Amino acid sequence: MDAEAAKLLGAGFAAIGAGLASIGVGNVFAKFLEGALRNPGAADAQQGRLFIGFAGAELLGLLSFVIAALLIFAA
Amino acid sequence: MHQFTIEPLFGSGHWSIAGYNIAFTNSALWMAIATVALFIFVAGGSKRQLVPGRWQMAVETFTGFIDGMLAANVGPNGKKYVPYIFSLFMFILFANVLGLLPIGVFGVHAFTFTSHFSATGVLAVMSFAIVLIVGFAKHKLHFFSLFVPHGTPAMMVVPIFFVELVSFLVRPFSLGLRLFVAMMAGHVLLEVLSSFVIDSGNANIGLFAIAGVPSFILMVGICALELLVAGIQAYVFALLTCVYLNDAENLH
Repeated sequence: MDAEAAKLLGAGFAAIGAGLASIGVGNVFAKFLEGALRNPGAADAQQGRLFIGFAGAELLGLLSFVIAALLIFAA
Repeated sequence: MHQFTIEPLFGSGHWSIAGYNIAFTNSALWMAIATVALFIFVAGGSKRQLVPGRWQMAVETFTGFIDGMLAANVGPNGKKYVPYIFSLFMFILFANVLGLLPIGVFGVHAFTFTSHFSATGVLAVMSFAIVLIVGFAKHKLHFFSLFVPHGTPAMMVVPIFFVELVSFLVRPFSLGLRLFVAMMAGHVLLEVLSSFVIDSGNANIGLFAIAGVPSFILMVGICALELLVAGIQAYVFALLTCVYLNDAENLH
């Protein structure tokens, strides 16, 4: 396979990671909402933890974007 | 990607430190604009009226928000970090929002300096340095107990130490990388969508109706999403700094 084509294919495959991270971010908020509706009184105090979880899940998706960008522009 | 290029505005000829050119770039200009805007925002709300006006209320909401965040995450010891976290949060927030301003229609090009790793990386290293300095000053070498959580079985101490060490050392990278990639990805997305609108408009009217108009409607939605992301990323950066400071202040 041509090296350039392989690079672009790899960048495309890296986009799968971004899609999977979107499932993760959706899970974080869905579970939070589920818990918050069961016990609304405790929900506000847990908002910090919600965003820590969101940041963790999001970072991995952003990393796949970085890999794609590296493959296209730097490799 | 013209919007991400850093161009020297003046001083490219002879301003240098240790052989490196320190020209005043468009990135530096927008950092200065963010600082001035932040200064005006805080100064306008610092009149200390007994019955606060709208402006004072806005500033007090932000300071109260940061104060509450530190109280919840660090505890009573966190009070002394309010100035740092407030500056950090507001600087990033102003930078992100200023970079989204649609002033391109007047021919001025907004530059989002948080879409460069060199800018966000320095902010992240600053937070990490404060964590290290506070941790070692307060707990001396006992700070290393951060890497071995309570109740670790004796067999697992060595592997857990290395896992925790790596997760600790990767913090400044993840902190800077998150902000930089989130801002850059959003701007690239807007640029790609706008190129759909312009290219389909140049091609023919049928293609414009099929591809251009939906892309434009999507762009309006993505712009709103980007405003949300600008706020969330500033919040996450400040929040994670609080969490890391908690490790330094209280170990765990």
